Amino acid sequence: MKTPGEMLGENASVHEGWNARLEMAVREVFELMLGCHLTAGKAPSEEAMDVTAMIGLAGQLCGVMSIQCGAKSSAIMASKMLGMEPEQIGPEMCDAFGEICNMVAGNFKYKIAGQSNGCMLSVPTVITGSDYRLHSLTDAPALELRMQFENAPLVVSLQIHN
Amino acid sequence: MNSIRVLIVDDSSVMRKILERSLRQAGVELCSVFQAGNGAEALSVLAENQVDLILCDINMPVMDGLELVRQLPGVVNAKGAPIIMITTEGSESHVVQALSAGAKGYLRKPFTPEQVREQVLPLLGVKA
Repeated sequence: MKTPGEMLGENASVHEGWNARLEMAVREVFELMLGCHLTAGKAPSEEAMDVTAMIGLAGQLCGVMSIQCGAKSSAIMASKMLGMEPEQIGPEMCDAFGEICNMVAGNFKYKIAGQSNGCMLSVPTVITGSDYRLHSLTDAPALELRMQFENAPLVVSLQIHN
Repeated sequence: MNSIRVLIVDDSSVMRKILERSLRQAGVELCSVFQAGNGAEALSVLAENQVDLILCDINMPVMDGLELVRQLPGVVNAKGAPIIMITTEGSESHVVQALSAGAKGYLRKPFTPEQVREQVLPLLGVKA
């Protein structure tokens, strides 16, 4: 039996199915926890993507999920989660953004049949700043979603290693 | 419904605040809200304070939610307090382990205020 990672690499239709599930997982988290709808596609804004949340997946499904957006967007997300004004948001920004990434990863895993028990998630990490590159140690394909949060860009990517 | 004392255990302070707000939105009157960032901190809080309800994340550093639930039967200040597990992963095995250890219910993140109401109110003797 092939692992989910093997299926992802070899079967384009499975890849497409996962893309749709990833998008559904992202949309659900934003609708239920932030009360807002994301739109698809690249945002017209040139806002710097200087906040990145990452979470590791281990077990049957091995890899890294990351979500990137601008600092202003992540402050707005935190304010929506906490019922506060964006100007009031301080250190909660990273905690909230990491929690969003955690919920998206968990929700995606839940939507992939058979993965909820065999795959574990790490504690999320949040990076601020944009002067870095993420290097994967494998040539495995990545799922990438480009969405808009309040007319600002939001990029979700999933790099599978196994 | 009388006002209750709740202990919210989650390593994310944002999620603790969201859970507190969700309880209030569900119509639960809270007289005391205790917070802890992991199971060990929760045991310290319970050494000093009696609670009526415990909301507990599963995945936490130092001491996770499953270990906390296993230790709660020996904690006098948690006696009779229903435990609801909060899980991101929705892992069936985690949920089964938590329920076997004594948790009374679970909520999978992301959740709605309605789901919080449906889980919590019956455990407090109120029709959801």
